[in-house]
Amino acid sequence: MAEDTTTFTAKDFKSDQEVRWCPGCGDHAIMNAIQRALPQLGVKKEDFAFISGIGCSSRFPYYMDTYGFHGIHGRASAIASGTKVANPNLSVWQITGDGDSMAIGGNHFIHAIRRNIDINLILFNNEIYGLTKGQYSPTSKLGAVTKTSPFGTVESPFHPGELVIGAQGKFFARSIDNDIKLCQEIFVQAAKHNGTSVVEVLQNCVIYNDKAHAYLTDKEHKLDRRIVLRHGEPMIFGKNQDKGIVLDGLKLKVVELGQDGYTEKDLLVHDAYEANPGIHLMLANMKGPDFPVAFGVIRSVSGKYYDNEVEKQLKEVQEQASIKSVDDLLHSGSTWDV
Amino acid sequence: MGFISYAFPILENNQKVKTTKLQLVMSKNADVIERDEVVIRFSGDSGDGMQLTGTLFSDTSAFIGNDLSTFPNYPAEIRAPQGTIGGVSGFQVHVGHSEIRTPGDYADVLVAMNPAALKANAQWVKEGGTIILDQDSFDERGMSKAKYETDDPVKELGLDGYNVIWAPISSLTKETLKDVGLDPKSILRSKNMFALGMVYWMFNRPLTYTESFFEQKFKKKPLVIDANKKVLKAGFHYAETMHHMTPTYKVSPADIKKGTYRNIAGNQATAWGLLAAAEKANLPLFCGSYPITPATEILQELAARKDLGAKTFQAEDEIAGICTAIGASFAGNFAVTTTSGPGLALKSEAIGLAVITELPLVIVNVQRGGPSTGLPTKPEQSDLLQALYGRNGESPVVVLAASTPSNCFQYAYEASKIALEHMTPVILLTDGFIANGSEPWRVPSMNDFPAIQAPVLKEKPEDWKPYARDAERLARTWAHPGTPDLEHRIGGLEKDELSGAVSHDPENHQRMTELRAAKVKTVENFIPELEVEGEQEGDLLLVGWGGTYGHLATAVNELNKKGTKIGFAHFHYINPLPKNTEEVFKRYKKILIAELNMGQFATYLRSLMPHFDYVQYNKVQGLPFTVIELESKIENVLEEI
Repeated sequence: MAEDTTTFTAKDFKSDQEVRWCPGCGDHAIMNAIQRALPQLGVKKEDFAFISGIGCSSRFPYYMDTYGFHGIHGRASAIASGTKVANPNLSVWQITGDGDSMAIGGNHFIHAIRRNIDINLILFNNEIYGLTKGQYSPTSKLGAVTKTSPFGTVESPFHPGELVIGAQGKFFARSIDNDIKLCQEIFVQAAKHNGTSVVEVLQNCVIYNDKAHAYLTDKEHKLDRRIVLRHGEPMIFGKNQDKGIVLDGLKLKVVELGQDGYTEKDLLVHDAYEANPGIHLMLANMKGPDFPVAFGVIRSVSGKYYDNEVEKQLKEVQEQASIKSVDDLLHSGSTWDV
Repeated sequence: MGFISYAFPILENNQKVKTTKLQLVMSKNADVIERDEVVIRFSGDSGDGMQLTGTLFSDTSAFIGNDLSTFPNYPAEIRAPQGTIGGVSGFQVHVGHSEIRTPGDYADVLVAMNPAALKANAQWVKEGGTIILDQDSFDERGMSKAKYETDDPVKELGLDGYNVIWAPISSLTKETLKDVGLDPKSILRSKNMFALGMVYWMFNRPLTYTESFFEQKFKKKPLVIDANKKVLKAGFHYAETMHHMTPTYKVSPADIKKGTYRNIAGNQATAWGLLAAAEKANLPLFCGSYPITPATEILQELAARKDLGAKTFQAEDEIAGICTAIGASFAGNFAVTTTSGPGLALKSEAIGLAVITELPLVIVNVQRGGPSTGLPTKPEQSDLLQALYGRNGESPVVVLAASTPSNCFQYAYEASKIALEHMTPVILLTDGFIANGSEPWRVPSMNDFPAIQAPVLKEKPEDWKPYARDAERLARTWAHPGTPDLEHRIGGLEKDELSGAVSHDPENHQRMTELRAAKVKTVENFIPELEVEGEQEGDLLLVGWGGTYGHLATAVNELNKKGTKIGFAHFHYINPLPKNTEEVFKRYKKILIAELNMGQFATYLRSLMPHFDYVQYNKVQGLPFTVIELESKIENVLEEI
């Protein structure tokens, strides 16, 4: 690093554009957390690129004083993939929503993950189409009443974590907009992971889907309804840290410490680095009332990543190559002189 | 939607064969007729190896110094039901002593490996021409698969008076190879080489080139090399022995400019032109694409060029193809995407994004028959209006069209230069005909090509604004991520005229719309003027664009020989048009526009210059024009003047 990046602060990443999200929108907090995470990464300011699609969250790049690209609906993964492969030295962040990446951009989303391109994909999940003023999205809960489902939806939602793991994803984490500290911690880990890092941030749309995540934010019960997973730590949660998760046969089970003979030793210890996605999938899919919702880095498995493999292959071929220029190419193969 | 097609070069490892070293084989027994040009069509089942056979014949002809032009015509299915008309694959090659611009309308010689191939191609043989048939394939089964109504194909197809040669190709191939130790399937597969050997004898071609091809191609299979050589020679000697093959033809080498030559197909030339531009611009090449017929070879060719640093990204769909390219262009690579009609439709929204973000991007569209899936392997020029107008909003782009297999190189280079220097998307149109067709090409030197200077910023100028533009080209500057102090945001929302920030200001939108149009229009100051071949003024100007050049030029040439004088103008720059277009049109009473669509260029010209007297000649049969039909149309129009 030629430059001392530690001198940057969150403030340096704020652009001169007026932030136009609704007051109280969860997006403000998520941006705040990202702006706080960036100075921790040891990356030069000019090496960040924020790329988005369409939707409320996709306005994000305009508010960041970094290189930014506000793309077209659903295509942010493709644009970000091109940017990263073209210049692997960049720290590329895709900002997207549940409509942008789970519906119109679903194909690009799964293929970016399958290729394991080293981008950080932050998925703002508010379970609603906000910018078009309140239609259901692919993550809206079954039965959700919205402008386009006045009698409730009749389709099952996508669970982003399940989709990520199904697409052979190597990194999946979950957070929630009002926990800036946890968001920041996860964003740093996502950025440091080589490969596609998907972070689902549960985000509240105050206008069209207010309290969509109220079950998890309710002051009284929230600690009993969520668990923060950290690699190497036993899976304990609850207001009184008295609940845990064990493996019961092929399924997960919530137990109370001290009851039925369960002690901390019986609990699952989170292994985010395990390549086998079985337990990660079960953890990602946990939901109330029987289970706490999992937060934190659920899966973080290192492996080959696309942009790096491309560079390696280029280098290997070039070292062996007899064709070094277009003139060489034009005269290669079968030619004849007249 | 991938299709297998032949591709040059077929000799690898820098193998050079010099004309002088080749032994010309001349028959002593037969009459030798000197011909200025001949057209040969190889046809058979799509698994019979006709593309390879035709390619080998073309290469051999090129090596002995003929000029030539080829036209592979193959079905959309990789293996259509064997023996049926739908599964017939053909390869036509036109070789000559003088300049050859088309693969020829009708064949002097047809090779048909089965009854279906004969039925599908008989109408394309010149009256009284020579037809070589594999007699063994004309059994009951073969005849019924090809749906003949009688047991006499010659009579049924009206081929009395043609020189029909019944040769037991399959059985003689089996006989030749009975002792080499190959399995029966592999033996039969080499029957195309028997036919090729026969044709080589007829046309006095040496076997050397083809033999060295076997040695290269089957390096690790000496048995296969040996077998192919044997069959090739067997065919050659069979033809020599059979007197019914007389006469044979001699087509002398063409009188062509000195230099190093190679055969090149259009898609390969396009790929190489893009590589050349990247090298000249000193930028890494990025190609984001999705395989689609007949454009796929461009992606394949670039994927093979890691030695030159080309990055190819085979995307999950057409949209991702162009969007990765746009992302790469944002990151500072020279980005391209390649496609054909349906793919261009899918890319429309993203092309608009490249227009509003003013990023350089080349979109190669290899046209095919439409609408929808249409005729994937057949040529047509019906994407012109889509290229010009097929986007939401006021969304002008530069449109160019290549006109021959080899000049795909030049126009790919031109398209790239314009995209990079003017900071704009450019659509380059080619078509299945020139993309798959090939011709000998005098290899240029990169020194002969103009420099390409993209407005890349290395450091922050004083008072820099991302959307400020230069006076000459109206191009904005290109600040690549990773460059300090130039952090800025671009995107699909309307941009402020200078800062590039989002702007909903009504006046600004009006100005930006006009600026984007003006930017494309100013390209006319950087392109050559329209040139007219033939009469510089008079009754009739024949107008064409794109891949029909060879046929139109040949037709004009033929008419010229008969004393019919007309002018001929062929367009490579479609938007903007060359500046002198209107001045050229004024010099003629009528403008005849010939194109392989229902009149798209005519519609475009009428909209820009409504005051001329336009006549249209249109054809949409998935086939190129024939020179003969063009001549007759031109004569008819002239009579009416």
